[in-house]
Amino acid sequence: MAVEIRAEMVSNVWKVVVAEGDEVQDGDTLVILESMKMEIPVLAESAGRVTQLAVSEGDVIQEGDLIALIG
Amino acid sequence: MFDSVLVANRGEIAVRVIRTVQRLGMRAVAVHSVADSGAMHVRLADQAVEIGPADPAQSYRDIDRVLAAARDTRAQAVHPGYGFLSENPAFARAVTAAGLTWVGPTPESIEAMGDKVAARNLMSDAGVPVAPGSRTAVVDLDAAVAEAAVVGYPLMVKASAGGGGIGMTVVADEAALRAAFDGARTRAERVFGSPAILLERFVPAARHVEVQLLGLADGRVVALGERDCSVQRRHQKVAEETPSPGVDDRLRSRMLAAALRAGEAIGYRGAGTVEFLVDVQGDSDFFFLEMNTRLQVEHPVTELVTGLDLVEEQLRIAGGQPPTFGAVPPVTRGHALELRVCAEDPRRFIPSPGPIRVWEQPSGEGIRVDAGYAAGDTVSQYYDSLMAKLCIWAPDRETALRRAAEAVEAFVIEGPKTNLPFFTELLADPGFARGSYDTGLIDRMRA
Repeated sequence: MAVEIRAEMVSNVWKVVVAEGDEVQDGDTLVILESMKMEIPVLAESAGRVTQLAVSEGDVIQEGDLIALIG
Repeated sequence: MFDSVLVANRGEIAVRVIRTVQRLGMRAVAVHSVADSGAMHVRLADQAVEIGPADPAQSYRDIDRVLAAARDTRAQAVHPGYGFLSENPAFARAVTAAGLTWVGPTPESIEAMGDKVAARNLMSDAGVPVAPGSRTAVVDLDAAVAEAAVVGYPLMVKASAGGGGIGMTVVADEAALRAAFDGARTRAERVFGSPAILLERFVPAARHVEVQLLGLADGRVVALGERDCSVQRRHQKVAEETPSPGVDDRLRSRMLAAALRAGEAIGYRGAGTVEFLVDVQGDSDFFFLEMNTRLQVEHPVTELVTGLDLVEEQLRIAGGQPPTFGAVPPVTRGHALELRVCAEDPRRFIPSPGPIRVWEQPSGEGIRVDAGYAAGDTVSQYYDSLMAKLCIWAPDRETALRRAAEAVEAFVIEGPKTNLPFFTELLADPGFARGSYDTGLIDRMRA
């Protein structure tokens, strides 16, 4: 079952750390968001493969927007 | 003093400066980004100029656009608030070169304190105590490892051009330094425009105590007491108080004397703050951290115990006038607290921007709220999360804490998540209530 990683807040995508197809461990940083002058790392909540990466650096994303799918 | 003052800022500090400007009978000019066109500082100002898009780099931080607004509105002086261009020496110079009055210290003072390594060396030479640290900035890993061996672990890795606790990392040993150095250098470059790194001995149990200075128009420098800013998350202050419950009279007089030496060493003019770390495990040794060459966020606690309006004093100094007080500054009276009400999750302190549906702020004896927002406003992700400062004065600390708890209960904000529930926790925390806390307080509360 794929796990959806979604944005917790309106933010800008500052850095994309992983690429589609990468294997990640629980707790690995996927992307780093920036909101209100703060960097907010978005972490994998389980081990698996990044099957979809829905954001690019510089994107403005809304609360609830999909960031990545971990299969 | 002046007919008009342009306030080069936004949010609560712009509102707060505009109120004093108007109280003194001067015209207040606001600047704003597209995102802030309906913001409180814009509503309050006598005139407002849109200067660019939401991104601060193209609006609030853009020197040319701010200066053009000052010219177009025939403003006579520029007050920078804090953050944005407030500690930018090029901006201070450009304001003066345009024939306007800069409400702040000289660009030379800003520069002297802007480079943290140079500032430490300057302070050390002036007889102000500094923590062990690098005498020169380091840019490559090998130099950092060599320097660290001399300074000693644990170490704080800081951007030399930085400040305000942004991007600091603590490393326990050489392996940790090797792992952290590259990221610290990249962040320093990105945020502060220089990859130079300062290594400084980390003081594990410390209070953050700072002294408010005013460099007067006649050249004298006076100290207006201290503020304790030890309640921090991610090295960022969230609550401040004065007097500090961790500073006795003897330590206070030593710290005030050191702060005055610091101010006098650079011929400081205007409002400024000398920040110190107090080592609570040692024999209350204190070390110079940095000097902020501007008005601080937490200046209201000093105003509440001195009865002064620091923005009025800044304007008088900029206009070459004597302060509102005579030969000596007023004696402080009572106890004051400031709680920074932020749009953030109260457990993890993660930002929570968004529209504000309900805003009901407390009022009453000893309560002051410096707000930058009201119901109907939106907290944007482009700016910091500070919505308002809840400030409390009382004759003594115990009463101040009680009034603070009541005021927090009475503050209702719906829309963004807020850290008000955290302040309820803080005020009930036994360590905070006793006054025996250090900068590790929040981490222990969240452990």
